Amino acid sequence: MSLAVRVIPCLDVDAGRVVKGVNFVDLVDAGDPVEMARVYDAEGADELTFLDITASSGDRETTYDVVRRTAESVFIPLTVGGGVRSVADVDRLLRNGADKIAVNTAAVTRPELIAEIADRFGNQVLVLSLDARRVRDGVQTDSGFEVTTHGGRRGTGRDAVEWVVQAAQLGVGEVLLNSMDADGTRAGFDTDLISAVRREVTVPLIASGGAGAVDHFPPAVAAGADAVLAASVFHFGQLRVGDVKQGLAAAGVPIRQEADRPLR
Amino acid sequence: MGSVAAVKKVVVLDYGSGNLRSAERALTRVGADVTVSADPEVALEADGLVVPGVGAYAACMDGLRAVDGPKVIGRRLAGGRPVLGICVGMQILFERGVEHGQDTEGCGEWPGVVEQLHAPVLPHMGWNTVSSPEGSKLFAGLEGQRFYFVHSYGVREFPLAEPGVTGRLTPPAVTWAEHGDRFVAGVENGPLSATQFHPEKSGDAGAALLTNWLDTLD
Repeated sequence: MSLAVRVIPCLDVDAGRVVKGVNFVDLVDAGDPVEMARVYDAEGADELTFLDITASSGDRETTYDVVRRTAESVFIPLTVGGGVRSVADVDRLLRNGADKIAVNTAAVTRPELIAEIADRFGNQVLVLSLDARRVRDGVQTDSGFEVTTHGGRRGTGRDAVEWVVQAAQLGVGEVLLNSMDADGTRAGFDTDLISAVRREVTVPLIASGGAGAVDHFPPAVAAGADAVLAASVFHFGQLRVGDVKQGLAAAGVPIRQEADRPLR
Repeated sequence: MGSVAAVKKVVVLDYGSGNLRSAERALTRVGADVTVSADPEVALEADGLVVPGVGAYAACMDGLRAVDGPKVIGRRLAGGRPVLGICVGMQILFERGVEHGQDTEGCGEWPGVVEQLHAPVLPHMGWNTVSSPEGSKLFAGLEGQRFYFVHSYGVREFPLAEPGVTGRLTPPAVTWAEHGDRFVAGVENGPLSATQFHPEKSGDAGAALLTNWLDTLD
């Protein structure tokens, strides 16, 4: 036996509400992240990620409330990302019950932020969230991938693989690797990107972007992912967490199959 | 279960190391009356004391000493009163921890050194299986379950657990896990128990383990 590959549903949260439609008929409130978290937990999710896309700082209070209420009712790890800019932001999210914090644009702008957070809280709480894409428009990088910011809308010309290596040296304990080329296509994960990063760093990798079918997940693991993340395919009920796990198990990937061994 | 059992009073030791609330919530979920406190008197009085811990070994020891934690743990154990260490809260029970070349003295309840794991991917992050000894109370009914780990350091040798070493003393019952090579995932030693993983984040399996621990309290 060995460490299970984690299956992680991701929820985009705006001012305390889940965005992107959900069509789980059995939900009391399909827009409530706490309710969604409970459903995913019951379905066997190994971890949850909240991506806070709240634009106004005033509405951020609701994020803390959502994190706190989720941590009160779901007993699996919770990662929160989106708009994290300072050690104080991290401290507040952790105090409200987040287990890990993902940094993205703020760390690209000011890499020292990674060291500041890791020195204070340890690298195990810090996830580098990276939106990477293949270079285009005459941009060149050694790996052929570049870092983007602002949800993939802006290229930076910076080598995505080199950035992960630097971030790992500065102290991130995990990488959430989102392929902006694959994102939204539902055509499968970008396994080239996953292997390119896997070759260079030893921290755990979460593959994200492109999941559309059960058989998309095992190749991501074969390319070096320690965890797989998806959002809309889970929200729209197109795939269930349990189906993804069964598909992984059928491919010989170790998974946590709690449903096999009911405890109560 | 089923009969009227007294509610167990548990104190989660507050010494400035994060995730106190997670431990508090998970213990409340399984029916304990939980207080988060740094007060030695309160910690001594509890039916059970939980010592959580995340982050750096040295920082945890500093925080623990600042609230007289090592003394509180020692006094409880001398009186046969249960203590449960979680994650770095387990690691600090050993003699010392070595992180980034920094060697820090621990509480020394058990001989052994906390050192970096040898594995291709670190931190060891996620759900792993464990191998618990026959007769384990903590892991009773939990065979084959996975628990949630997040750590890069661990105890890879536990000489006290070898047969015959403790003489007439009861040897610690050690639960092992593997990531790269093997390391200590859990210890049960009279009133002193510990887990390297996070039962408070290990879903229903973690809740069942905490229930098992509460059942050992009186």
